[in-house]
Amino acid sequence: MSFQDTDSAVLDADTQNAIDVDRTKGDFKFPENHKFDAGWGLTSATVDYISDVKDDPDWVREFRHKALAVFESKKTPTNWATTDLDNIDFDKIRYYLSDGQKPKRSWDEVPPEVLETFERLGIPQQERAFLAGVEAQYDSEATYSNMKEELSKQGVIFVTSAEGLKEHEEIFRPYFGKVIPTGDNKYSALNSAVFSGGSFIYIPKGVKLKQPLQAYFRINSESFGQFERTLIIADEGSEVMYMEGCTAPKFETATLHSAVVELVALKGAKIQYVTVQNWSSNVFNLVTKRGLAMEDAEVRWIDCNIGSRLTMKYPGVIMKGEGARGEVISIALANTGQHQDTGAKMIHAANNTTSNVVSKSISIGEGRSTYRGQVHIPKHLKGCKNNTECDALLINSNSRTDTYPAITVKGNRHATQHEASVSQVSEEMLFYMQQRGLDQGQAMSLAVNGFINELVREFPMEYSVELKRLIDLEMEGSVG
Amino acid sequence: MTSTLPAWFTARQESAKTRYESTPTPKRGDEQWRFANIKQLKFDNLSGEANEADHSDLISRSTGVETPAAKFVFLNDAVISSETSLPEGVICLPLAEALEKHSDLVEQHFMKQESRLGSAKYAALHEASVKNGLFVHIPDNTEVEDTIEVHHWISGETTVFPHTLIVTGKSSKVRVIDIFRSADDSTPGLTIGYKDLYAGQNSSLDYIAIQALNEVSRMIAIKETSTARDSRSRAFILNTGAAWARNESMSRLEGPGAHSDMLSVSIPDHEQEFDQRTFQHHVSPNTNSDLLYKNTLYGHSKTIFSGLISVNEKAHHTDAYQTCRNLLMTDDCEANSMPGLEINADQVACSHGSTSAQIADEEIFYLQARGIAPDQARQLIARGYSIEAVMRLKNEKTEALVLKFIDEKFSRIAIGGV
Repeated sequence: MSFQDTDSAVLDADTQNAIDVDRTKGDFKFPENHKFDAGWGLTSATVDYISDVKDDPDWVREFRHKALAVFESKKTPTNWATTDLDNIDFDKIRYYLSDGQKPKRSWDEVPPEVLETFERLGIPQQERAFLAGVEAQYDSEATYSNMKEELSKQGVIFVTSAEGLKEHEEIFRPYFGKVIPTGDNKYSALNSAVFSGGSFIYIPKGVKLKQPLQAYFRINSESFGQFERTLIIADEGSEVMYMEGCTAPKFETATLHSAVVELVALKGAKIQYVTVQNWSSNVFNLVTKRGLAMEDAEVRWIDCNIGSRLTMKYPGVIMKGEGARGEVISIALANTGQHQDTGAKMIHAANNTTSNVVSKSISIGEGRSTYRGQVHIPKHLKGCKNNTECDALLINSNSRTDTYPAITVKGNRHATQHEASVSQVSEEMLFYMQQRGLDQGQAMSLAVNGFINELVREFPMEYSVELKRLIDLEMEGSVG
Repeated sequence: MTSTLPAWFTARQESAKTRYESTPTPKRGDEQWRFANIKQLKFDNLSGEANEADHSDLISRSTGVETPAAKFVFLNDAVISSETSLPEGVICLPLAEALEKHSDLVEQHFMKQESRLGSAKYAALHEASVKNGLFVHIPDNTEVEDTIEVHHWISGETTVFPHTLIVTGKSSKVRVIDIFRSADDSTPGLTIGYKDLYAGQNSSLDYIAIQALNEVSRMIAIKETSTARDSRSRAFILNTGAAWARNESMSRLEGPGAHSDMLSVSIPDHEQEFDQRTFQHHVSPNTNSDLLYKNTLYGHSKTIFSGLISVNEKAHHTDAYQTCRNLLMTDDCEANSMPGLEINADQVACSHGSTSAQIADEEIFYLQARGIAPDQARQLIARGYSIEAVMRLKNEKTEALVLKFIDEKFSRIAIGGV
């Protein structure tokens, strides 16, 4: 195995501007060595190919074919979304790649080049002790999967979705595709047709995980879209935190990432889903994420978008049981060439349900950030509450930010409020800090970190440290 | 009359007709018609017959502010009464007459803007069909202290196309009130109105539209406001009548120091639907806009508010505010809010807020403890809630007139039961 490419990429990085340092951490790739390759473009033959390789049960194959038809029938939603979506050429994407290896159970069995990838991504070996289980995705299949023994003893299931649908069909199937139906949108239909990879997690009744579960996703083949599918079911009274973080190597042509994540929190359960998205700036990241919260259950999405060319992601919560709670905490950072189109969807479907959305976005250079939200409270309900706050910070004079919330309230027994503001770092603040010996860039970084500080605290500790560092790097060179 | 119309105008009307026919009807899924009831756009009475009505009766019912500077009464777009006492140099004429006498002035300003808020098709229909309305031109350094008021009556299952074109010169001042009403309570009429407002440098332009049509009528009202350097425009909309009303209000701030106030009070009841779309367009730096829309919803009514603040590149030092508040009075009403921001500039302070809530039990209890019956207490709070927007008119006589229409509506709601 030659690491020629890798070495030159690293050397290159050293000579580059500091702002690129973090990006290029993911800016390497290994020789492609795929046993299965579904080829370019998407037809029903592609779907059959994926089903064959994955040895799907018949109901999954049927599900995929139906989804393909839905995908083809749906128009690109440019009536409300950016026309940049038209630049995705679905014929120039490879929909399935895998080296055909079974998920591994121990670090020793993981191929060395994959381990190398993790090394560069900064997953320290000792973190395994801290993390309850690691499932890292290299291209479309999980190549490593490890769970602590005591978790298995508690009955926690943490496997790939492919394994989930085969080995745990009785739990998996009733919820699969129920929170996000295939026809929800064009990209969820696409995912439903070609999904591979992703996690399936089941937390049994009353089990409260003290440590978060974590998965890293990587894209490593040029023009290869990654379509992972994650389903998390928290049974009555259980609690889980799931962390998803990603980096992707830089490619010359745009790549597509279209995931579907479904969460089900049964009575009194609590799910927190944490994402740090740092795809390279040629990735289209079109993700559908939604949680279902039953009686007294809570679903929290904690979302941070720093990378990608275009991200469209509106995590949602359907509050289906009385007293359910939904929350979206989101941070978006859009640098030149990036459009972070993020938001939240809160569907109140039971009495006394409450939801909270706090969104902060930062636009740097020619970056564009957009907040799109939907809050729906139907009239037969009472005592529903929603709070939405979105704040935007503009760093440079050609930065751009948009806010498009939509709030529907029926009946007079509810309360909603929405506030949004747009501002920028004041000259006085920068002057004050410069007086105390910081240079302009440091002062700006400090101000930006202050702007999002209250949200960063919501992230698990190691993420919030990483996040602050990422933001510092993004901010470098943006002022002056 | 047709023979005396200027050639440019007939040419515009002809091309608008083609444009109307070639522009597609809004359909479900159009973002500018989100939450809207597209069925309301099926117009059966576009070619309906106008009814004659008793002129003297309508004229006597056409009461507005105390001591207006000018007063016009229109029935189905035809003048049935007019009186004016305006300063010298002020042009204030029915549009049909202005087209004859001041063709050039009208041409300079008549429908120069492309409708961008969804009703381009109906703007074209208006342009193709407009016969009359009001043309006001205030010369430089002229202030009209009192109000110009215009009563628009509609009678019969017909469609009217009232046009209001107001141009203020440098350092001038004017206030115009349009009042839209139906001659009777049972005939469904359609009004497709258009307002062109041009506030010249350092001038002050106030425009108030009172929509109190009968509850079987429909209305589309498109308003284009342009505010020049150091000038101030103030636009107010009151919606109490109509089965369905759509207001599209565009305000462009085109010179440093320009200020635009956009205000509205809507009080829908029964099955009424008010669909309001607004756009605060900051073209130039150092401009300021402030929007306050207040809705009080009764019965099965529905409101839609979609607002956008757009700050152009280089329009730095912009202050823009947008607030839409909904007070929900019944279990069956529905409020939709879409407050939006699009910011491309620097040194900007923008905010928008939207709330929907009901009156708290504590507030009712407080008033009850002071001997006020719950129904009355709710009415009192709702009235006080609407007044916040009315007070921003900053003119006592106008505020009194608007409040008269608001109180009429509240007393109708009180009688009709909620």
